[in-house]
Amino acid sequence: MKQVKYRNSASKILLLGTVFLFSLLNPVLAQEETATPEAVATEAAAAGGDVTKGEALFKSLCAACHKRYKKMTGPALFGVTERRDTEWLYSWIKNSSAMIASGDADAIAIYEEYNKTAMNSFPQLTNTDIDNILAYVMVPKAAPKTPVGTASTAVSPDSGSGVSTNLILLALGLIFLMLVGVLFLVNRTLRNFAAANNIELPEEEHRKPIWQSFVENQFLILVTAIFVLLASGYFVYGYFMQVGVDQGYQPIQPIHYSHKIHAGDNKIECKYCHSSARVSKHSGIPSLNVCMNCHKSISEVAEETATEDYSKAFYDKEIQKLYKAVGWDEGSQSYTGDTEPVKWVRIHNLPDFAYFNHSQHVSVAGVECQKCHGPVEEMEVMYQHAPLTMGWCINCHRETNVKVEGNEYYAKIHEELSKKYGVDKLTAAQMGGLECGKCHY
Amino acid sequence: MSSNKKYWKSVEELNENSSIVETLQQNEFVQEIPTDEFLGDKASLENSSTSRRDFLKYVGFSTAAASLAACEGPVVKSIPYVVQPERIVPGVANYYATTIADGFDFASILIKTREGRPIKVENNNLATSNGGANARVQASVLSLYDTTRLTGPKKNGENGSEDISWKALDKEVKAKLGNLGNKNIVVLTQTYASPSTSRLISEFKAKYRNVKHIVYDTISSSEALDAYQMIYGERALADYDFSKASTIVSVDADFLGDWQGGGYDSGYAKGRVPKNGKMSKHIHFEANMSLTGANADKRVKATPSQQKQILASLYNYVTGSGSKSSLDSTLDAEVVKAAKQIRKAGNNAVVVSGIQHIDAQLLVLAINKAIRSKAFNEKTPRKIRQGNAKAVAQLVSDMNAGRVGGLLIAGVNPVYSLANASAFKEGLNKVAVSIACSLHKDETASLCNYIATTPHYLESWGDVELKKGSFSLMQPTIRPLFDTRQFQDTLLKWIGSTVSYSDYIRSTWTGILGGTSWNQALHDGVLVKPSIPKKVLETAIDAPEGDIVITEEVEENTTPVAPNYSAAARRLSNAKSTGLELTLYTKTAMGDGKQANNPWLQEMPDPITRASWDNYLTVSRTDAEKLGLINENVANGALNGSYAKVNVDGAHVIAPVIIQPGQAIGSVGLALGYGKKEGLKAEMQVGVNAYALYKNQNTIQSVTIAKAEGTHEFACVQLHNTLMGRGDIIKETTLEIFNTRDKHEWNAIPEVSKNHIEYEVTSPEVDLWDEFDRSVGHHFNLSIDLNACTGCGACVIACHAENNVPVVGKSEIRRSRDMHWLRIDRYYSSEDNFVGDNNKKDAISGLGSSLSEFGEMESPSDNPEVAFQPVMCQHCNHAPCETVCPVAATSHGRQGQNHMAYNRCVGTRYCANNCPYKVRRFNWFLYNNNDEFDYYMNNDLGRMVINPDVTVRSRGVMEKCSMCMQMTQKTILDAKRDGRTVKDGEFQTACSAACSSGAMIFGDINDKKSKVAELTEDKRMYHLLEHVGTKPNVMYQAKIRNTTEA
Repeated sequence: MKQVKYRNSASKILLLGTVFLFSLLNPVLAQEETATPEAVATEAAAAGGDVTKGEALFKSLCAACHKRYKKMTGPALFGVTERRDTEWLYSWIKNSSAMIASGDADAIAIYEEYNKTAMNSFPQLTNTDIDNILAYVMVPKAAPKTPVGTASTAVSPDSGSGVSTNLILLALGLIFLMLVGVLFLVNRTLRNFAAANNIELPEEEHRKPIWQSFVENQFLILVTAIFVLLASGYFVYGYFMQVGVDQGYQPIQPIHYSHKIHAGDNKIECKYCHSSARVSKHSGIPSLNVCMNCHKSISEVAEETATEDYSKAFYDKEIQKLYKAVGWDEGSQSYTGDTEPVKWVRIHNLPDFAYFNHSQHVSVAGVECQKCHGPVEEMEVMYQHAPLTMGWCINCHRETNVKVEGNEYYAKIHEELSKKYGVDKLTAAQMGGLECGKCHY
Repeated sequence: MSSNKKYWKSVEELNENSSIVETLQQNEFVQEIPTDEFLGDKASLENSSTSRRDFLKYVGFSTAAASLAACEGPVVKSIPYVVQPERIVPGVANYYATTIADGFDFASILIKTREGRPIKVENNNLATSNGGANARVQASVLSLYDTTRLTGPKKNGENGSEDISWKALDKEVKAKLGNLGNKNIVVLTQTYASPSTSRLISEFKAKYRNVKHIVYDTISSSEALDAYQMIYGERALADYDFSKASTIVSVDADFLGDWQGGGYDSGYAKGRVPKNGKMSKHIHFEANMSLTGANADKRVKATPSQQKQILASLYNYVTGSGSKSSLDSTLDAEVVKAAKQIRKAGNNAVVVSGIQHIDAQLLVLAINKAIRSKAFNEKTPRKIRQGNAKAVAQLVSDMNAGRVGGLLIAGVNPVYSLANASAFKEGLNKVAVSIACSLHKDETASLCNYIATTPHYLESWGDVELKKGSFSLMQPTIRPLFDTRQFQDTLLKWIGSTVSYSDYIRSTWTGILGGTSWNQALHDGVLVKPSIPKKVLETAIDAPEGDIVITEEVEENTTPVAPNYSAAARRLSNAKSTGLELTLYTKTAMGDGKQANNPWLQEMPDPITRASWDNYLTVSRTDAEKLGLINENVANGALNGSYAKVNVDGAHVIAPVIIQPGQAIGSVGLALGYGKKEGLKAEMQVGVNAYALYKNQNTIQSVTIAKAEGTHEFACVQLHNTLMGRGDIIKETTLEIFNTRDKHEWNAIPEVSKNHIEYEVTSPEVDLWDEFDRSVGHHFNLSIDLNACTGCGACVIACHAENNVPVVGKSEIRRSRDMHWLRIDRYYSSEDNFVGDNNKKDAISGLGSSLSEFGEMESPSDNPEVAFQPVMCQHCNHAPCETVCPVAATSHGRQGQNHMAYNRCVGTRYCANNCPYKVRRFNWFLYNNNDEFDYYMNNDLGRMVINPDVTVRSRGVMEKCSMCMQMTQKTILDAKRDGRTVKDGEFQTACSAACSSGAMIFGDINDKKSKVAELTEDKRMYHLLEHVGTKPNVMYQAKIRNTTEA
């Protein structure tokens, strides 16, 4: 695979263009979207509960095991009031195990069906609360929206406006050509006239061309040569210095994992998944079982997650990739044991001769992940933010103070060194963070 | 008073007419630079189609092309676990306690694993039973990743070896074993010393009738076992604790080497460090120069037959019984002295012997009993040798007589290691079904019908009873790399059991564990039980390993009776020599040859001869002259030697010769374990197979020797890296002087004169440099105690493993391009006679007479004293290498370490030239990923051993000891993360951690309470080449020899 450079690529311009166009279209879409939930709410209110309150309760208490339209740890709840008596539901929700113990046939049947997983009891819920929840779960699934936000439809307005510009350009070009033709014809006619009338056209005075005088002026040559040499030296140096620097490297990954959704929208702590960054030199790519901690119950993204660039269907497909890799069968809610490891493309590649330890920076120094990795929470596709050059490392070591508070290890050395250097706070460099052997061995 | 002994590294140095020594001292480059060869021939230069310009064009083009090609970075894939095991954190090492028990080496160890790969062997500090991990154990982790290992079970048919499934193998073998009629099934194994295996074999015996279990030790300790059994009724080896002995007398017992399983060095070293003015006295009688002899205070040369007489006389003198000695007067005088010493020390003395004779072993036990030696542990005999040489001999004749129907061989390679291998081979043809449980397709396995391929010990389960009551557990540290099944699991399958061997061990251990939990025992790896109630254990566990084989010679009586010691002494004293006597021995690096395919061990220089990749006949100078055998150093400093044909009773080998100072006249030595030809890479098939001479498994053989044609090229690091004539680098004195005289007399710091005032070179007054402030933070120092260092070489291999030091091969070693970051220099000295030497030296006037009289002054090299000195980068505070580097690739850190940035190095080698200690190593070639160096770094399997925290160096860069920067940095980081200070003892280097004798102590001298800070103040402390003013961070503790006589 080639390294992808986006800085000047045509696709990037196109992308920006599309984004721009979407931003114009956005208000229209937003209006359309807001219309839907309102309609739903009014519809459901008739069922005898407050949908909004029910939604809040459902999300805080039930969503860990239940979905409205899909089986999870527990059954899909849409239509539950039709299947079961409301009174039965009240007592089931308040204390399901008591019902099983009492020998209720339905209760036992459902207990058996879901691998004898007992449902939590919620004695704190009042009947009104339960009504609200039931009202929420009984909201029928909204009909799939016309996929305005997807890339396929986005093409049409884009191409429409393009055609018109081209037409104008074409017309302008034609006019320009006609003008050139006219000028040429006029000139020829005039010359013919002059020839016919025997009018001498004035001879052009022969002047020394500017390039010749430039060539003859040795001083100018010298200055130019020096300038050219310096300029080329500058560019050659610049070229060589960026060899092996992959800032902005943004490879296509086997699974489209969005840090924006996880770290940004859902505010998941970086070290929840990259847990080894606390204790190890590696931050670690999370193993798939870590993904499954959440994705066992999140098999599809919410409607709101979809963006102009990536539709809900697209994200759901990516989650399916995860299920395939980890061997998760959604139907039976169990692992098949049939796994295939994901071959991620490594983005941050330090050379072998440089030793870097995440735990030193993350746990000891308390450096934010974003300091080196950039605004990860905004990255839809992960890229290399920092140049990862030695100069970049050193700079930070020179500027950053060592976090000594509450660390007994530093107590003595900090006191002695700060006295020696006459400073209050020591930088990593003063602590010895510039020595070759600290990173190269 | 400092010793004025002249040390010399080779006999060549004593030869005053040798130009080679002079040349080597003057020459920076041992090999001529062949410019003349290239440029001398004008005609060919002119005819060459490639002109200088063309050459430059090509270089320019290829550089440009290469740099352009390099612009596009490779795509690196990262594949995380699907389900990450709980205990594995990528980048963090896990340690598991396990045990090596390969039949020759037994030790409780820790295995360091990274991401599930075992990468290093460490000492298990909880283990007290059997010393630390020696060089072979340290290297055994590389044998796990051996590409010549078999990858699955095999069947050897008429059309060669073919794969077979385990299921088919089990079916065929079981059917055949059931159809043997009244013929015997023999299980021929190494010593397992394993309670579970013993139990399992007894169950195997119950299942199949006519099963005999024969234990075969490749290097036999049969006589010592027999002797112990005669007195104590138990077939085991006497256990000694040398730390409790103030006088040690050894008659050819190389207990710092492999004598009776080895592992005695830590105890020995404890007694060798002078404490309160006292240290142990060690008197050693031997023929070959062994590691133990080299460490002795008094080493007496004696041929094997003289040794027997010595032991007999010693017994008579100590016990006061017996008659006049048959020894000649000089030897007799030494024995009398030794006996006096023993009687004076009383129960603080101990006598050991390696003479392979039951009488000798009986006498040793008798002496130790008579003096009630505290160092002799009667209660906890060692179980790690169980072999029975007579039973093995019986087996060979049984096989040939057709009495053996089935033969199951595990852990041994008799076709390679038996002197009568041809008889064994013939017998093997008469065996109906033979199965080899082997890692490799070695000499034996390739002749057996089936190979039940076994895993490496790091992939296996096991338990070992090292000493009586001292148990150790073996657990897998990695999933089996190949389709293998361990011997015990195979047995379990064949007795129709469905339990796995690990469960089987657990059930055995219910009787052993006592109050300890299984998990605790597995975690610790060791379990010491002072006494085991017999009724709890099944009888099988306590039964001796192997069957008792009754032959005509041994009486059936196995109950202890008091043997007739004086008769034994009489028999011994009648020992007569017939011509030259050969003592077969095992080399520190190779042992019995089990790990012959291990390049680390092959490349490890022998502590005594400093030769690698070889075994050789060691001959005394007198005998060599008589036989016309020579050693010579060729122009580039490499050693060449003649070949000799060694005849033992019909069998012969042709071995190269090394003239060994200290070899007893009339004796020769030859190492076992070499000359293996099957199941190993071509590069490792070095040396000669001395097992051909190991008749009746006796190390002493009477031989005839004749010079053979040809010259052998040794890969010997002997004369390489000479210290440019700067002598006196080992400070040594006697215990008496150490105790009575002032430090300045025997360990003086050199002085220089400034303004007619004498200053010590360490004084800032005479320093050319400004001193850095090193009082802040850590300041690492390494102390090496020359008294405790036995030269065992475990540190050399540990350094190899920790720092990814490449193996370069025999021919590169010969060119003095060895890459060892840590070498152990061995220095011979002449017999000490300070007064005479001084007088003579003072009398020398003029250069001419100094040359001749220095030569005279040095007494002949017949029996030199020996000193070992481990040398690695000294991490000088005023490092000469740092100032000459044109690109500042080597620089100094505040913590005292001399850093080496490989990526910055351009390979000028100025630093190596300027280093007075010659510890810098240059990568002449790319040693990794290069099939020219087919050792281990060129294949995926071998590379699994590489330490991921240390850079693998490339061609053209300089490298050297980093004082295990990665380890000190890790210790610091751990402390920072926990928010605590670093405790003393936490800082370690690979070498200091591997040193079980406590000779190497590493730590932070700014921590005033640390052990190493204390050692900087020791009066024995000195620095190497102090007068150069480099101010090293490695210090040495001067060697003290106990020459006091009783």
